[in-house]
Amino acid sequence: MSAALIEARGVTKILAGVVPVTLVQDIDLAIVPREFVAVTGPSGSGKSSLLYLLGLLDLPSSGDVLIDGRSTTSMTENDRAEVRLKRIGFVFQFHFLLPEFTITENVALPMRALGQLPSRAITARAEQLLASFGLGDHRRKTPDQLSGGQRQRVAVARALANDPPVILADEPTGSLDSVATAQVFGILRELVTLHGKTVVAVTHDLALAAQMHRRIHIIDGRVARDERVASATA
Amino acid sequence: MNLILTIAWTHVRHRARQTLVAIAGVMTGVGFSIMMAAMMEGSQDDFIKTLVDALPHISITDESREPTRQPADMVYAAAELHGLTPQVRRPGIKNPMAMIASLQSWVPGSLTPSVQSKALLRFAGRNLNISIVGIDPHTEVHVSNLGTHMRQGTLTSLYRSSNAILLGDRLANKIGARVNSNITLASAEGSNMNATVVGTFHTGFRAMDETTGYVLLKTAQILEKQTGIVNEIRVRADDPMAARLIAERIGEQTGYKSISWQEAQEDLLSAITLRNVLMYTIVGAILLVASFGTYNIISTITHEKTRDIAIMKSLGFRDHTIRAIFIVEALLVGMVGAALGWVFGYLLTRGLASLEFKTPFSDYNHLPVLYAVKHYVLATSFALLSSLIAGYFPARAAARLHPVDIIRGAT
Repeated sequence: MSAALIEARGVTKILAGVVPVTLVQDIDLAIVPREFVAVTGPSGSGKSSLLYLLGLLDLPSSGDVLIDGRSTTSMTENDRAEVRLKRIGFVFQFHFLLPEFTITENVALPMRALGQLPSRAITARAEQLLASFGLGDHRRKTPDQLSGGQRQRVAVARALANDPPVILADEPTGSLDSVATAQVFGILRELVTLHGKTVVAVTHDLALAAQMHRRIHIIDGRVARDERVASATA
Repeated sequence: MNLILTIAWTHVRHRARQTLVAIAGVMTGVGFSIMMAAMMEGSQDDFIKTLVDALPHISITDESREPTRQPADMVYAAAELHGLTPQVRRPGIKNPMAMIASLQSWVPGSLTPSVQSKALLRFAGRNLNISIVGIDPHTEVHVSNLGTHMRQGTLTSLYRSSNAILLGDRLANKIGARVNSNITLASAEGSNMNATVVGTFHTGFRAMDETTGYVLLKTAQILEKQTGIVNEIRVRADDPMAARLIAERIGEQTGYKSISWQEAQEDLLSAITLRNVLMYTIVGAILLVASFGTYNIISTITHEKTRDIAIMKSLGFRDHTIRAIFIVEALLVGMVGAALGWVFGYLLTRGLASLEFKTPFSDYNHLPVLYAVKHYVLATSFALLSSLIAGYFPARAAARLHPVDIIRGAT
């Protein structure tokens, strides 16, 4: 097996409060390159919380998350931001695009934040990404001028902007109709099969999960099942 | 365009109405600050200029700064003597012409002798106490602007008759005297003199125009019953601001009391300093109030943009980038407001300068204003600083947002 891109070691997240709430508990798992992973489970089971912890959006109460073998608990917020910028792309249930910017500008944002490419190259890459997802003709439009499926494709394009090896998707098809769901899922699958990315997606849709390489089932914040399916469609 | 600037510009551009209100707040603040500074400093400069023009820059009088030591004190230095009758001192500066000649060798400016006296003026049944100043018209023109303040006659009109006098126009009007009127002067020394009014002057200072008369040195000396007396030497320095230093040196050299215009008007200048403190406090308060508008818009934007902030942070934007975005937004409001404030302030100042009115103390027809770059720089600096502070706190709060809290809430 390849070295893990993301690894959770004894990760627990407890929300402090009058009554502390345990979101995830004692999770150990490793995500390796080119995996297409489904995180499933009932509502409130801790799927999204696990995804945020793996994506360094949240800090575990105990345990550690390793990215490329590096511990992240001792990192500063800026270091974690840099890891997110370079190594992880996020896709959320709602597109979460910036409404005042064109979709090209939205896709360009992570590249501009990274600041490694000149302005023209950034725009060219953003347009190329949009074109590859069939949105070339819409590049000057703002998110509110697109359909839900189109917006989610823009969100995937933005997640890929800095060419990260891992895409973390939180119910990426949760708010889409069946046609758009098929399109977005197809794109995610192609990211793994054609572009060698690793995709970890939280989903309620067991039919989609059945088409993925690995299914991690979460119940009450714990990993109830972790199945690798060699014969999955992907 | 820079990423931070792009996002900041997009945010403020998409909230045109709120942004315009905030910009209008800063513009008003900057505009009124510029106008107030122009008005306050203009009137102050004009006042000082009038003061400097009207009065001698340095006045050397026949007094000393320390009480005159009595002969017995000088002989018995260690003894304390009571009940001594003070030595009677002859008033006036000793050898005034020699002193003037000596001072002229190094004092950068002009000097003129004069006699200061008090007299009772009688005319048409009215008695008024006035100040009589004995002058030398030939040297007086180099030391004061009296020559340019003449309404009727000239300084040399004093040579027209034996006891000629120039009266302040308000004084002349008060007693109903005109040129060629004969008045009577009675001095404290007991001398009486008939004098002819040969001209009137108007300095713009009510106190001076209402209570002063100019005569020839010789006439004042006769009035004082002291032939050859000169009790004041007046100096007009080439650089009025150097008067204090020159006065100190003259005092050391001559032993007489030598007072610069700054020292003579110390209370007034202190009042001006206090006024400046008040002015800058008010200007600061105006801009502070304007900055609340900026704070309001930036707070509103950060509040409305919490989801966007969470998205940007999830994409990998650093805290300082998020902070910078909102600080730049505040500075954009501040800069545009300040730039418009320059125009507004300039127009307000012009408008104020065009207003006509009179004050009871002087003859300003228009409010004196000062157009100075420093007022614009100062108001802008304060506006930008206020905007920076107003933007910083919401920006800091924005940067501290925990993206997961927002994303979880949104989903």
